[in-house]
Amino acid sequence: MRKLALLAAGIAALSLGAVASHAQEEVTPPKVNWSFDGPFGTFDRAAAQRGFQVYEEVCSRCHSMNLLHYRDLTGIGYTEEQVKAFASQKQVTDGPNDQGEMFQRPGRPSDKFVAPFPNEQAARAALNGARPPDQSLIIKARPDGPNYVHGILTGYKDPPPAGVKVGEGRYYNEYFPGHQIAMPPPLAGDDVTYADGTKATLDQESRDVVTFLAWAAEPTMEERKYTGAKVLIFLLFMTGLLFGAKRKIWADVH
Amino acid sequence: MAAPAQQNKIVRWIDHRLPIFTFMQHELHDYPTPKNLSYWWNFGSLAGIMLVIMIVSGIFLAMQYTPHVDYAFDSVERIMRDVNYGWLMRYIHMNGASFFFIVTYIHIFRGLYYGSYKTPRELLWMLGVVILLLMMATAFMGYVLPWGQMSFWGATVITNLFSAIPVVGQTIVAWLWGGFAVDNPTLNRFYSLHYLLPFVIVAVVGLHLIALHQHGSNNPLGIDKKGPQDSIPFHPYYTVKDMFGLGVFLIIYAIFVFYMPNLLGDPLNYEPANPLQTPPEIVPEWYFLPFYAMLRSVPNILFIPAKLAGVIAMFSSIFILFFLPWIDSSNVRSARFRPIYKWIFWLLVIDCLVLGYVGAHRPEGWYVVIGRIGTFYYFFHFFLMWLIGKVERPLALPTSISAAVTAKGGGRMAPAASRPMEKP
Repeated sequence: MRKLALLAAGIAALSLGAVASHAQEEVTPPKVNWSFDGPFGTFDRAAAQRGFQVYEEVCSRCHSMNLLHYRDLTGIGYTEEQVKAFASQKQVTDGPNDQGEMFQRPGRPSDKFVAPFPNEQAARAALNGARPPDQSLIIKARPDGPNYVHGILTGYKDPPPAGVKVGEGRYYNEYFPGHQIAMPPPLAGDDVTYADGTKATLDQESRDVVTFLAWAAEPTMEERKYTGAKVLIFLLFMTGLLFGAKRKIWADVH
Repeated sequence: MAAPAQQNKIVRWIDHRLPIFTFMQHELHDYPTPKNLSYWWNFGSLAGIMLVIMIVSGIFLAMQYTPHVDYAFDSVERIMRDVNYGWLMRYIHMNGASFFFIVTYIHIFRGLYYGSYKTPRELLWMLGVVILLLMMATAFMGYVLPWGQMSFWGATVITNLFSAIPVVGQTIVAWLWGGFAVDNPTLNRFYSLHYLLPFVIVAVVGLHLIALHQHGSNNPLGIDKKGPQDSIPFHPYYTVKDMFGLGVFLIIYAIFVFYMPNLLGDPLNYEPANPLQTPPEIVPEWYFLPFYAMLRSVPNILFIPAKLAGVIAMFSSIFILFFLPWIDSSNVRSARFRPIYKWIFWLLVIDCLVLGYVGAHRPEGWYVVIGRIGTFYYFFHFFLMWLIGKVERPLALPTSISAAVTAKGGGRMAPAASRPMEKP
């Protein structure tokens, strides 16, 4: 009997311990009010453009965005001329030409975003073995993506909390699962100079880049919500009519 | 009633040679249907409509999708970004799977509550179980196609289940994969089968409908129709009722498609498949969670290893449904008149929800305990069904559908078949 009780207590302790350690892992990042939240939310174009600037000047040194083309940038309010000018500053590998050789040429709007590294191995070799994930879908690929990425960008703690040992080449981040992230703090505030005069605080830069990434993860979001409103208005109307028809037809059966 | 459709000369000419118009008149128009069907009877037609929606949206997606490990993920994203209304087709298809399962599960539980599987509808019910199995296979293979992390690892876990079969397990798994790991051949055959199986489902649904029309729908009272006063023609009564139900259903479905299209999916599937990086947790889509819980709950039983026992439990949980008409020993259909069965029906519903909840969590701590109790209870339910049928004292059944309806509503009712219901 005592053995059994001990066993039960042991199982309970183990499972409670498991639950507790699990809870410790997950620190929910703070909720931010995003322009694209809710059924009527749209991407704040100015914030997305500032975010694109942050991506260009900071993130894109390591992170690719393979699913985006320069032409897509008209979606956050750039004109086709601006996109053309911007793409032409990039060097794109094309070819093979008539001699069978690859060559470099200025970018065009139809080109994909030029990646910082030719392949994963090159990235790992240059970055201390770490693999910087592609950012095209990062907002959709993480639970509560916008708040999570904002949390990661603002969640570095240096020095780490007392008693936490941070591994070699790792940094303490409050919101990263396991807290040990290989990415050095990418933003510190004033990393870019915004053309529109917005003050580039760490929080501002993080919000802007998340807005840009949220757009990049789903450029069709605004069309989706707008179409949804039309579809729902139609469905409500049609269902109302059908309800009336049903009542009328069934009137003498009940 | 049979005449008007055949007044047109051409229609008459065709119908004399190919009685398609007579058939439609009989099966869709005059088809006598119990007049007391509740809204729970809408879910069969909803499931049929979902099947059509899935096939149509799927055909459009297939025109743009590339079944290759190097291109599948990007081709899906191309559909989302660059194909006209590609995002709409994909979200309809992706959420459609969930909604197809929602309406099908409700349809099944409706059958369980009102005893729709009992004589003479045993084969109708068994064909339904075949449809469920085909749906599960189709949904599983469809989930692999976007080749995200969960696609890949889900496919790995589920195909690996067959390795639990003694002696030939490993050989079967290699044969399923077309290699020694989930790879391009696996993706290709899953795509091929994912395109094929829905049409097999259409065929079995056809048989399901033939079996249904043989004796007509069951009804909330579970008693047979006694005469024409108990039934009404399918059209316009149930066509309009089904259409109204469809409208309500489409509103809910549209809210998901347009405003929370990714709520029911796993975010990790927006990360391309990476065979070198196992995700911290591999979970199937929500509609498989109760079965996944059973799979992971069963411990070693005597000489049967836990993995094999889990696989057996998971498959048995569906296969046992084939025998339901003979397990249930009560000859009263509707749970309305079965005071004890009514309760264990709801216990089964709760048990399935609990198993679903457990399936979403790592099998550690209390989840293991609850999962085991839930799995045991699921099978115990069928024993209870047999037992309760023996000991339960059912309430008195109404003499006829019509009597019950008029007694409750208090209104008089002309036999519906004698009324003119068409527009002049």
